[in-house]
Amino acid sequence: MLLSSIPPRKLKQQLEGEGINLKIGPFVVNLTSTLPNVAENLSDLYGAYTLEDTHRVDFHIALQSPSIIRRWIRPQATFSFDGYLPFKPLPQTQSFAMFEWGLNWCVANNAHQYLVIHSAVVEKNGKAIIFPGTPGSGKSTLCAGLVSQGWRLLSDEMALLSTETGLITPIPRPISLKNESIDIVRSFANDDIFVGKPVHDTAKGSVAHMRAPMSSVARNDEAAVPAAIVFPKYRKDASIELLPLSKGRTFLELAENSFNYHILGSTAFSVLTAMLDQCECFRLNYQNLDDAYAALGNLIDA
Amino acid sequence: MESCLVRFLRDPQHSAPRLLPGEWQMLIRQARRSNLLSRLAHLVETLDLLSFVPEHLQSHLHSAQLVSSSNLRSVKWEILQIYTALSEAGIPFALLKGAAYVMSERDAFQGRLFGDIDILVRNERLKEAEKALIKHGWFCTKIDPYDQKYYRTWMHELPPLKHLKRQTDLDVHHTILPPTADAKPDINKIWEQVIELKDYPGMYVLSLQDMILHSATHLFHEGDFEQGLRDVVDLDALLREYSLESSDAWADLLTRAKTLHLSRSLYYGLRYAKMLLKTPVPEELTGDIAAEAEPLCFSRFLMDKMLLKAMMPNCIGQRTHLLGLARFILFIRSHYLRMPMRLLIPHLLRKAIKQEK
Repeated sequence: MLLSSIPPRKLKQQLEGEGINLKIGPFVVNLTSTLPNVAENLSDLYGAYTLEDTHRVDFHIALQSPSIIRRWIRPQATFSFDGYLPFKPLPQTQSFAMFEWGLNWCVANNAHQYLVIHSAVVEKNGKAIIFPGTPGSGKSTLCAGLVSQGWRLLSDEMALLSTETGLITPIPRPISLKNESIDIVRSFANDDIFVGKPVHDTAKGSVAHMRAPMSSVARNDEAAVPAAIVFPKYRKDASIELLPLSKGRTFLELAENSFNYHILGSTAFSVLTAMLDQCECFRLNYQNLDDAYAALGNLIDA
Repeated sequence: MESCLVRFLRDPQHSAPRLLPGEWQMLIRQARRSNLLSRLAHLVETLDLLSFVPEHLQSHLHSAQLVSSSNLRSVKWEILQIYTALSEAGIPFALLKGAAYVMSERDAFQGRLFGDIDILVRNERLKEAEKALIKHGWFCTKIDPYDQKYYRTWMHELPPLKHLKRQTDLDVHHTILPPTADAKPDINKIWEQVIELKDYPGMYVLSLQDMILHSATHLFHEGDFEQGLRDVVDLDALLREYSLESSDAWADLLTRAKTLHLSRSLYYGLRYAKMLLKTPVPEELTGDIAAEAEPLCFSRFLMDKMLLKAMMPNCIGQRTHLLGLARFILFIRSHYLRMPMRLLIPHLLRKAIKQEK
């Protein structure tokens, strides 16, 4: 059953009661909430996701008001995971962004069957490209752009590199867009592209979420072979450049961008080196998105 | 109602085959909330119970084990850094609580997660120890002058230290209870029985008896009951190990508690370990200690009500405001035990006003 098949009123009731069990990538998330805007955001961004049986839940998450006062005066939202609050409350307008950030936190701290690397991952022709997430690199914009061109979204935020198979497990979720990139991605306009209402004044500036394409969500369970690691860098007035990068250097950057390298220890080392053995590594400087699509397309076809 | 976590910890082999898939999920959530998930995972593995765990939940146990082995690696490393700093300055010290369990490599503590490190240094070497640690990169986290004065005048420890680069926490104690508390165990008597760690001259752990007494004391003098169940699990593990010693051991434990003025703590420790985890403590000992240190019927009743409530993992389907109230009362109680009213009231007022600002 898909989330979109629940009528809005019933969804709200369910969120206030038992919660809904949403399959997101390899995980099942039970979400409960009494906050007003959560049901609406869910229908906008998670309509194509399936609902699961209650016994299969991995993470129990609640989005609530910290107190009765905070429901009405300068309303706030808290994120809790099994009753534990990893973050300070945020203004209630940011509750959905908080859900996304909080879910990242849950995965990074509890899913050590994967090496979790902070990066976007897209796939075409069975080959996945990993874009590690240095802030300000424009990885989300590039990722949203590629997805609008028909690439499959595996994740905008984290590569789940399975320590058992060495494959990337998809976890397609809304793509988080910041500031100027919100309008850029809106201009891609195509049937499968939807960008939610932006929330202003967050710690990261204005934030809006682009819905993950239905086709990517439907291929939730299809792992992909990593084929290339690309460090993107958006630069004004730069011509397109795809520069080869040494594997040693790439290794260090990936280790640094991993949330749980220290927990996996030697396993992290082996799985990362095995991945690099089969990947090409590049730095990509780009100014124009179309040039970037072409360069990355060539990389996959080669 | 008793939590499935407590039932499982009491007898994993009996409990595991009888759990339904939904109960396994609840068990894992409660264990995670009580900081006991990797302990649970360790029990499941060593007792060969994995086949009873629903397949989709197994990864959570496996992840928890990875967390605990990485935690163990970093705590051992951290202890060695402290050892380097203090042995260079020639200052002997004893590891307390978790750190001591790590270095004495007791089986009972496999899968336990370790947080801050606590050490004991003789009062007369405290200033030197602080200097030596600062030289090696630790710094004082409480810079507020009131906090500084509070710790240095009224507490049994230095203001908490943090390592500049590794961000790890270290508490340096000079005795096991604040000097303002009613019970005043003589710290010299504890030093008399410490055990030096093999290969690390100058680094000690408490004797098993004193570890038990310290663990019980810690449990009933601390204000933090989020970790309460974990503390009872520790105490249970220590007591089970102790029960393997000679037949006079239990009488000795009682004498030791009397010597250190910690009979009441031992009384409560044994009571709740037995009640929750069915720790095998001989009947006559329970009787002897009750004769020695049983509180009034009314306060025992209140403690039972509050403690058993406060220790339960507070995630799921429970009335959390009652739990919150129980924890709050116990928090006040812990302060009351540590300080007389004439110090406690101004202290709490000051803290409350500061928080409002």
